[in-house]
Amino acid sequence: MKWLIALLMFLFAAPLIAQGALPASPYADQQLTDPNKEAEARALMDELRCLKCQSQSIADSNAPMAGDMRSQVRERIAAGETPEEVRSWLIERYGDWVSYNPQVNALTWPLWAAPLILLTLAVWLARGRFRRRKDK
Amino acid sequence: MKRWLLWVPLGLFAVFFAIVAAGLMRPKDNIVESKMVGKPIPEFTLPAAVEQRPALSNTDLAIGEPQMLNIFASWCVPCIAEAPQLLELEQAGVKINGIASRDTPQDIANFLNRWGNPYTRIGTDVRSIVQLELGSSGVPETFIVDSKGVIVHQHVGDIRKEDVPELLKIWKDAG
Repeated sequence: MKWLIALLMFLFAAPLIAQGALPASPYADQQLTDPNKEAEARALMDELRCLKCQSQSIADSNAPMAGDMRSQVRERIAAGETPEEVRSWLIERYGDWVSYNPQVNALTWPLWAAPLILLTLAVWLARGRFRRRKDK
Repeated sequence: MKRWLLWVPLGLFAVFFAIVAAGLMRPKDNIVESKMVGKPIPEFTLPAAVEQRPALSNTDLAIGEPQMLNIFASWCVPCIAEAPQLLELEQAGVKINGIASRDTPQDIANFLNRWGNPYTRIGTDVRSIVQLELGSSGVPETFIVDSKGVIVHQHVGDIRKEDVPELLKIWKDAG
């Protein structure tokens, strides 16, 4: 009985209900009618970080704010904006942090350059070793 | 090959280890700072949240005197905690504009009746549209806007007693 009451109390926890008292934004969980635009919006949602639950994308998150962001993404893409324009709009407000797909800039270029540099270094080192062995 | 070169990989590993260890020991920081600080307040128009207070748009925030913009919600517990501090700021002469996030008129009215109403204007943002425009990621958050409508400061989370003097100073300097 006790656990039943506890369970009921969780069910009726007021803050949870209050935050969800409003209907979700129109396109939070509703697809766009144009399948191409829906695919574009969907791909972008997978790459945008939820602001409330910071390790999830907005496509993954059930937070009301993530729903509002999904709706914004769909509405902006339906209105003719490109996914990159929507992404820049959010980056302008929240910083690079909001996008899971980092843009190349003065701070992030090592992400792309480091593997190339390391690979070149590795080939150069390996070459040295192989050559020495041949000399013997 | 020079002997000291042998130690380079170990040295690199030590650097890597130090960076990872420092990252693990630093306390987690979930605060998302808005990149809108330093920029003019974005364009928006919000309908009035309650009958007693007028609606809010960006033009109300560029009227030749510095103001505060507080994002709150009736379902937000820290918003109750900061209510006395907002009233204190209002007493000190600060014009505070409110944005009610994802809320119903009835709940907002109850919240204001119970915890006080420091707001000059209150707009209702049922779909977080203005919140996203402002680069805000939750409630409560408070922005200070200068006399020309440029955002000069963002305070993330509830305003504690000890935050009031600093906020007042920033507000005065924004005049």
